[in-house]
Amino acid sequence: MMKGIPVKLRLTLGIAAALAASVHVAAHADTAADVKQQCGSCHALDRDYAKAAKHERAERKAPPLDFAGNKFRREWLYSWLQNPVRLRPAGVFPPAHAKPSADGDVVDTTTLAKHPALDAAQAGKVADYLMTLTPFDGLIAAETYQPGTIAQRMGQMNFGKFKGCDGCHQDAPDTGGVSGPELYTAWQRLQPAFISAYIAQPAAWDPHTMMPVGDANTAAVHKLANYLKLIGEKQP
Amino acid sequence: MKTLLIAATLSLASVTAQAAADSGKQLYSVYCTQCHGVAGDGKGINAAQMAVQPRDHTDTKEMSARTDEELFKVIEHGGKSINKSVLMPPWGDNLNDDEIHALVGHLRALCCQKN
Repeated sequence: MMKGIPVKLRLTLGIAAALAASVHVAAHADTAADVKQQCGSCHALDRDYAKAAKHERAERKAPPLDFAGNKFRREWLYSWLQNPVRLRPAGVFPPAHAKPSADGDVVDTTTLAKHPALDAAQAGKVADYLMTLTPFDGLIAAETYQPGTIAQRMGQMNFGKFKGCDGCHQDAPDTGGVSGPELYTAWQRLQPAFISAYIAQPAAWDPHTMMPVGDANTAAVHKLANYLKLIGEKQP
Repeated sequence: MKTLLIAATLSLASVTAQAAADSGKQLYSVYCTQCHGVAGDGKGINAAQMAVQPRDHTDTKEMSARTDEELFKVIEHGGKSINKSVLMPPWGDNLNDDEIHALVGHLRALCCQKN
C-alpha cells in the first residue's frame, strides 16, 4: 500500500499513525476509568456476578453492562444516555419495589432511582466505550436471525396468548406486565442478533436472569424478534 | 457416644431443613412474587394485566389439591405442561432440581402452615 511513497514520508506517516493510535488508546483508557468510577457502583462491568451465588440478583441496582457491546445499538446508547427514560417500570429487581395494596401489589415508584443524564460529549465517549465490551461475539456470530416481517395480529397473538411474554413485558405503553423491561422500544435499543440470541438462551448471557426459556423453537424466536421489529419501528 | 451422634445428626438435619426453607423463600421472592404477589396471594405487580390470574398460593384448599410432584413439574416445565396457562413460564433453565424442591417446600409453607 505504501510502495510508491518515499521512505522519509513513510516513516513520518508511521510515526503519526502510532501517535494517533496511542492518543486513542489513552483516551479509551481514560473513558474506561471514568465509566468504572461513574457507572460501576450500580452496573456490573465485569463477569464477577456470574460466579456469585444466585441471590446476588436481589442486590443489583442496575443491569450488567459487561456485554453492552453485544447487546445495544450504539446510536440508541448515545441518545438514551443524554435523555434517560425508564425502561423497566418496576426497576431492575422488581420485588424490591413492590408493595401490597388493597387492589394487589403495586410498584412503589418512590423507590425507583433515576439514571443520571450525560452531555453529548460524555454520552459519545461512554457509548463508544460500552460498544467495546463484547465478550459474546461467539453467541452473536452463531445467531441465524435475519430480520423479517410479521402481521401485527399474528405477532401480537404470539407475544401474548401463545408465548405469554406479555405476562412480564409491555408491547405498547401501559399494555402488559411491568416486571420486565418494556419491549416496544426494544428494536431501537437492541441489536437484532442479540434479541434473538437472548430470547433463545437468556441464561447464556446472564446466569441469574429472571427471563425464562419458553418452548419457542428457532422459527418461533425469530417471529417474536420480528414482532419487536414491527412494534419498535412504529415508535417515534 | 451413640446419643451424641444422634443429636449431631438431628441438629444437622434441622440446619439443612432451615437452609432449604430460607432458600425457598428467597427464590420465591426473586422468581415468583412478580406474578404471585409478595404475600403469595396471586396479586403480584403483573397480575392486573394478565388474562389469567396467577394462582393464590395461600389458598389451602386449591393448593392441597396439587401434589408436590405436580408443583415441581409446573415450576420446571411451565403451566402448559399441566394444561394450565402459558403465563406460568418454565423455570427449568433458571433453577436446578434442589432449588425447585426448595420452592415446592416454600409453597407448602405458604399454603398450609398458617400461624
